[in-house]
Amino acid sequence: MSARVGHIASNTFREAVRDRVLYNLIAFALLMSGAAILVGQISIGIERLVVVNLGLTAVSLFGVVIAIFIGIGLVSKEIEKRTLYTVLSRPVQRWEFIVGKFVGLAGTLAVNTFFMAIGVFVALLYVSHGLQAADGWILVALYFIVLQFLIITALALLFSSFSTPLFSALFAFCLFVIGSFADDLRGFAAMAQGAAGWLATGAAYLVPNFSSFNVISSVAHQQPVAAQLILSNTVYALVYVGMAISGAVLVFERRNLK
Amino acid sequence: MKPSRATTVTAGLLLVTCLVASLFTLRHIDRLRAGTSMQEVLYISSPKALKRLSLGYTGLLADIYWTRAVQYFGGQHHAGAQQYPLLAPLLEITTALDPHLTVAYEFGANFLAPRPPNGAGMPQRAVQLAEYGIRSNPSDWHLYYNLGFIYYMELKDYRGAADAFARGAQVPNAHPFLRIMAAQMAQHGGELAMARLLWATTYQSTGEDKVRANAAAHLRALQVDDDITNLEKLISVYREKTGHLPSGFADLQAAGMLRAVPVDPLGNPYQLMSGGRIEVRDPDDLPFIEKGTPLGYVAPRPKFLPSD
Repeated sequence: MSARVGHIASNTFREAVRDRVLYNLIAFALLMSGAAILVGQISIGIERLVVVNLGLTAVSLFGVVIAIFIGIGLVSKEIEKRTLYTVLSRPVQRWEFIVGKFVGLAGTLAVNTFFMAIGVFVALLYVSHGLQAADGWILVALYFIVLQFLIITALALLFSSFSTPLFSALFAFCLFVIGSFADDLRGFAAMAQGAAGWLATGAAYLVPNFSSFNVISSVAHQQPVAAQLILSNTVYALVYVGMAISGAVLVFERRNLK
Repeated sequence: MKPSRATTVTAGLLLVTCLVASLFTLRHIDRLRAGTSMQEVLYISSPKALKRLSLGYTGLLADIYWTRAVQYFGGQHHAGAQQYPLLAPLLEITTALDPHLTVAYEFGANFLAPRPPNGAGMPQRAVQLAEYGIRSNPSDWHLYYNLGFIYYMELKDYRGAADAFARGAQVPNAHPFLRIMAAQMAQHGGELAMARLLWATTYQSTGEDKVRANAAAHLRALQVDDDITNLEKLISVYREKTGHLPSGFADLQAAGMLRAVPVDPLGNPYQLMSGGRIEVRDPDDLPFIEKGTPLGYVAPRPKFLPSD
C-alpha cells in the first residue's frame, strides 16, 4: 500500500519539477536580494523586518498559488490525458491515488519552502550581519506556512475530485480568503442571533482558520510563539487535511470515470 | 535571410522599440500625474479596512506604509514644504497594521513634532502617536523617552515631560537617565543644560545611525548657542569697560578676556562682525543653531557629518 502511494507521490513530485514549478525560486531569490539591498536605502530602521515580513509573505503566497494551481489539476489533468485509466487499471486503489497525489504535491511544496527558507536566512544574514537565537522563531512561522499549504492542497484536491479546474481554483482561492478572515467571521457569528447565529457559527468553524497560522508579524519582531499554539495548529492542520482528503476519497470513489 | 530568422529579428527589434517607447510614455504619464501617487494612499484611509484587506499579512503592509511615510516626509522635506497633511494618517495606518513597529513611533514622532521645515509641526499628533506606541508596547522605555522628549522640546511642557520620564523609569531595564531626567525636569525645566542632557542621552542610547547623527547635530547647535551667548556677554562687558566695541577677538585677548580665538564645535573660528555680532563661519554645516547665522539667513535641509 505505502509503496504504491509512494510511487504516485514521487511521480507527482517529478511531474511538478518537470512543469518548472520550482522556477518560482528564481523569482523569490530576485525578490529577496532586491529587498535586502534596496530597503535600507528607501526606508529607515526596518531592513531586518522587511526581509522577514517580505520573505515569509512571499513563501506563503507563492506556495498558496502553487498549491491551488497544481492541486486543482492533480485529478482533472490525469482524466483529461487519460493517464488515470492506466494507473487505475493496475492494482492501485482510488484512495491510494488521491493520497499519493496529495503527498507528492505536499512534498513539492515542502522542498520549495525549504529552498525559500534558505533564501530568507541568507538575506537576513546579509542585512543583520549575523543571526540571533530569536530568529529561530522564523522556523516556526515557516512550519505554520507549510501546515497552511497542506490544508490548501487538500482542499484543492477535494474540489478537483468533483469540479472543473476553473471552479476548483475559484473555490480553493475563496476558501483561502475566507479562512484568512476566520477571526472576523467568528466575531460576526457571535453577534448573530437565532438560526442565523447557528448557521454563521457553523460556517465559521467549517472554513479553515488560516488566521491562527499567520505569526509572520510577531516572529519578525522576534516574539516567541507559544508551544501550545504550535501543538494546536499541528493537530488542527492534520485533522482538517484528514477531513478534506477523506472527502476527496469519498467523492472520487463514487465518481463515474467511464 | 530565412523567413524564421527574419521574423526573429523583426520581433526582437519590435520588442526593444516597444520597451523603449513604453519607458518614455511612462515617464510622460508620471509627469502628468506628478504628486498624485501619494493621494492614492488615502483612498483607503481606514487602518481597520487595510488590516482586513491584507489577508493577515499585516507586517509586510506595515513595512510598505512605513516606507511610504518615510518617502513622503523626505519628499515634502526636500521640497521645503510647510505642510504635511498625509504624514499623520500614514503613520497611524502603519502603527495600526503593526503596533510593534517601534521605529515608526521613534522616527514618526520626530517627523511630526518639530516645526517646519524640520518637521510637520504637529506635536499633539506626535504625542498621540507616542501614547499609542506606549499602550501597544508598555515595556519599551524608549517610547516614554520619546514622549518626554516631545513634551520638552516641542511643547515646552516640562511637567508632561517629567511625567513621561517618570513613567518610563518604572519600566524594567529602563535607562537609568530616565529617573534622573524626571527629577531634573521639575527643577531645571527650561535650561540649556537640560536640553543638552536629553540630546546626549539620545546620542548614547539609540541604535539608529540617523538618530545619533541628528542628536550630534543638535548637541553641536546647543554648543554654538551657548558659546555665542557667552561671547556676546564678554563683548558687552568689554564695551562697558572701554566705551566701544572690539574690532576683533584680538582686542578681547589684549584685554585679558579671552585666551585664544574661540572656535565652533567643528573647529572653525567664530567671526566677530560689525555691531558686536558673532557669526559662525559656515552655518550650513551647523544645522539647528539659533544664534550666529548671518542676517536673513535661510537654513537649508540639515546635513549630518560622516563622523556622526
